[in-house]
Amino acid sequence: MADRFAPGDAVRTSTADPAWHTRLPRYARGAVGRVVEVAGHHPLADDRARGLPGTTRAVYHVRFAAADLFGDGDHAVTVELWEDYLEPADPRGGTP
Amino acid sequence: MSGEHHGSSAISERVRHVEALLEARGLVDEGEIDRRIDEFLAGGSPANGARITARAWVDPGFRDRLLADANAAIREVGLSMAGGLQEQRLKVVANSAEEHNVVVCTLCSCYPIALLGPSPAWYKSEAYRSRVVRDPRGVLAEFGLELPATTRISVWDASAESRYMVVPRRPEGTEGASEEELAGLVTRKGLIGTAAV
Repeated sequence: MADRFAPGDAVRTSTADPAWHTRLPRYARGAVGRVVEVAGHHPLADDRARGLPGTTRAVYHVRFAAADLFGDGDHAVTVELWEDYLEPADPRGGTP
Repeated sequence: MSGEHHGSSAISERVRHVEALLEARGLVDEGEIDRRIDEFLAGGSPANGARITARAWVDPGFRDRLLADANAAIREVGLSMAGGLQEQRLKVVANSAEEHNVVVCTLCSCYPIALLGPSPAWYKSEAYRSRVVRDPRGVLAEFGLELPATTRISVWDASAESRYMVVPRRPEGTEGASEEELAGLVTRKGLIGTAAV
């Protein structure tokens, strides 16, 4: 399956609060960032933690402006996120 | 998320119990887990990260290859991220006057053991993990690293499968130093991004 996103794409992270283990950190939920690079393909951590087979998905480095995560701050935070956590975002929206 | 789970005796007790069950049921041999951990840790030391850094300082071509594909580049100096059950992806980022990089794992304590050895206690502390993403400039100042306001800070959260290493800036006045001497200047904190070299 082709990767859904490419470097430069603006993406918005999920706001879901799953009952199981996930590797979308809480501070990065519902935020708009930009894909920096594809960081390989791995089984979704959420599936593996529940004993499910876990299909292999693209994982991305996604860079966020601190202000878009926390409301202030002049630094950037790059988080590594599975494709499943991401939706396309309006590139004119608040991106780093 | 418990900040002290690595040192908790209740957890240690539970781990020993699970280990005993695995052995009793013949799923692992006696001592196999310890052997696997020893193999994983074998050779893991900040001296490896220091060697990579020194090579990157003296060889711009190596530096470029390292930043583009770290797993391939570190094989040039005889190192590898393949010591565990599967090769881990390595991402190396380089500091400059314009940008300073610092690494954290906010969800647990992911760390490039093969290149840096076992992680320091502070790296696993809830304080570091929760605060450095929110206020890196303040946290770095507490480590004694005061960065100019013009230096951008980039925090890398090892939240999935990659491991990260920082190439610190080469200290001034080291033009005549050998690669080995340069490696001797590099510290573990420098490779995580919580100190300059």
